[in-house]
Amino acid sequence: MKRVNAVVVGAGAAGGIVAKELSVAGLSVVLLERGKWYTAHDCRKDDLRNQRTTVLGNAFGPEDEGNPRVWVDAQGGLHTVRPSEGPYQNDAACVGGGTFSYGAQAWRYMPQDFKMRSTYGAPEGSSLEDWPISYDDLEPFYEKAEYEIGISGDYSGAPFLGARKRPLPMPPLPPGREFGILGPAARRLGLHPIHIPMARNSVPYNGRGPCMRCRWCCGFACEVDAKNGSQNTVIPIALNTGNCELRTECMVKEILTDDRGRATGVAYFDERGHLQEQPADIVIVSGCATESARLLLNSRSRLFPNGLGNRYDQVGRNLQGHQYTGALGYFEFDTYDDVGPGADIAICDYNHGTPGLRGGGMLANEFIRLPIHSIDHLPTGTPSWGLGHKKAMRDWHRRTIVIIGPTQQIPSAEARVSLDPSVKDKWGLPVVRIQGNCHPHTYEIGDIQAERAQKWLLEAGAIDTRLLSQAQNAEKVTHGTDANQGVPHKSHSELIPAAQHQAGTCRMGNDPQGSVVNKDCQVHDVDNVFVIDASVHVTNGGFNPALTIMAVAFHASASLVRNWKGTGFRS
Amino acid sequence: MHSGKNAGILTRRQFVAASAAGGLVAAVGCKTGSEGNWEFLSDQQAATLAALCDQIVPADDFPSASQAGVLNYIDRQLVRHYSRHQEAYRDGLMEADSLSRKRFGHGLSELAPTQQWEVTRTIELENSAFFTLLRNHTFEGYYGSPRHGGNRDAQSWRMLGLAEPPLLGRAQYDLRKGSPS
Repeated sequence: MKRVNAVVVGAGAAGGIVAKELSVAGLSVVLLERGKWYTAHDCRKDDLRNQRTTVLGNAFGPEDEGNPRVWVDAQGGLHTVRPSEGPYQNDAACVGGGTFSYGAQAWRYMPQDFKMRSTYGAPEGSSLEDWPISYDDLEPFYEKAEYEIGISGDYSGAPFLGARKRPLPMPPLPPGREFGILGPAARRLGLHPIHIPMARNSVPYNGRGPCMRCRWCCGFACEVDAKNGSQNTVIPIALNTGNCELRTECMVKEILTDDRGRATGVAYFDERGHLQEQPADIVIVSGCATESARLLLNSRSRLFPNGLGNRYDQVGRNLQGHQYTGALGYFEFDTYDDVGPGADIAICDYNHGTPGLRGGGMLANEFIRLPIHSIDHLPTGTPSWGLGHKKAMRDWHRRTIVIIGPTQQIPSAEARVSLDPSVKDKWGLPVVRIQGNCHPHTYEIGDIQAERAQKWLLEAGAIDTRLLSQAQNAEKVTHGTDANQGVPHKSHSELIPAAQHQAGTCRMGNDPQGSVVNKDCQVHDVDNVFVIDASVHVTNGGFNPALTIMAVAFHASASLVRNWKGTGFRS
Repeated sequence: MHSGKNAGILTRRQFVAASAAGGLVAAVGCKTGSEGNWEFLSDQQAATLAALCDQIVPADDFPSASQAGVLNYIDRQLVRHYSRHQEAYRDGLMEADSLSRKRFGHGLSELAPTQQWEVTRTIELENSAFFTLLRNHTFEGYYGSPRHGGNRDAQSWRMLGLAEPPLLGRAQYDLRKGSPS
């Protein structure tokens, strides 16, 4: 196969950006994606099969058959799990990755989020660290992401956030009914509500129209293509340069290296299952935190017997994501307006600065709920079945508000991705094994965030509330679903909340013994291999990570292009 | 689709309309959903399952689980995404019937609604694994997308006061053509 300058593994939030930046700069690029490129006809509004409610599987990959993982529970028990089950910690596998079907909250992390250790000190047993780059280093790339991907919203009125040079390119969508209920209540509490930044067109932008505000949003593909992911922004630009070739349904087996320890390309299974080799000057791994770590670990050779970049046993460690906690409020009047995306109001008052807590998190109202989401979200005391349950569905589905948010994770080196020694996927490759959990302080932060959400709901007039402080999976609505069957009951201390917000497994750092890549996302050991995705996040902020993944991708690409022009990598 | 099944659906629709108007539901609510042509269930199993599902979502001014097509949903999924649960259903339904016979002398579908409630409650307490499956699958079929055979005519969504049919995008994409099942 013809040698190219760069092969990028994974066409998600980061991989799409890297492919675009490199191909625009004139490098020849092959972008490999193990999933499909879904089209408008696959935009199924299916309440039971999407990336959020997965009782009938994931809509956008991976398929349940042939893609197992192994989850190790707190007692050391091994469970082979399928992609639609919670402990799998799935992120979508398709062109666009998670950004094809995400809720599209597009937050910048705050300056303190990059300095967690120096701000708070590392608690005993944690691996809390500072990033080797700062908010100020990333600021220009946050801005680039906001304009190139297309973000709507309005940050004004929140005094806590990092400095920015330009406002968001699009105004927020008109506020929904919940904004009108929660906004005045937040201000009465002395909080600073803002319009959530969203990778969603509120006005025509980038040649596509605005959001039509339907009910099927977070977890679904957008019927009118108003939600902005890598699949409808940077990837088409990359392909239009003529320098980038996208190959879908291609599963990378390993990164190939020569006897000097430099990467020479990748071996992958094509869409017919045939093993191919793609030679390249540089290899960029952008497969998401679990799969990127797996690929490095699966790339073993004489010089790298424990996997590429894993000389100091760092690959796969510090797995994190976001524990979602909050509260559910019941109201005497209709709060539901049937207008998507639903989530529109947030506060950042509690992200930092609480004595005794190492961080906190953003709190926002939840995305629009489908009926299936309400079946286990009825007031305490509601019968779990029968006429009483049916009546409660009628009484409450339109009269609830959920306030919820991602809490800052305190990472642990023991929360990790490794290779399972026996279970293989349909290509015969060793699969991801997930074990361990974040530091327990994470859950103390989460419990306090839940009480804060409850207080906000009560101020807004809720007549009853329920704490949601044991939400296990980031952004995954659980309703006693099939996803929970076959595994023991998951308490919040048992199952790591990684899933769609997974991060941390190939940590960025200056010390080669305590991290996997340097501040430019270059693997310490192998100077022509890069990991560019949420794997490199040292900590994961108290916000949805997508925009930071994108900013880091722009930052790393800029450095790559700069160095490339110096012919640093050309072999 | 088999013509016999179509006929069944029409009958049930008329039945729902009639029962919503006349309040006849409690007397006959357990008899629907057993007209055959199932992919997995036997007629006997279907009758038992209908009785159980209709305890989980009984009829009132709005249709019961079986009237809304929940059996279609479960039956279809038992040969698709839920094929791993076939054994659980076979055993669970058999146990439900034998429990009914032991306690009341008849199969579950022939019992009065209060007796059916009692049997369902016993299953919930004594076989919670099967009951959890049954409850979740019933709710999925009742409140989920009509495309999977349940929630016929989106009746549960109408019950909750949601706009139906919902907002569709302008003709950027024609969702009718090639729309997956």
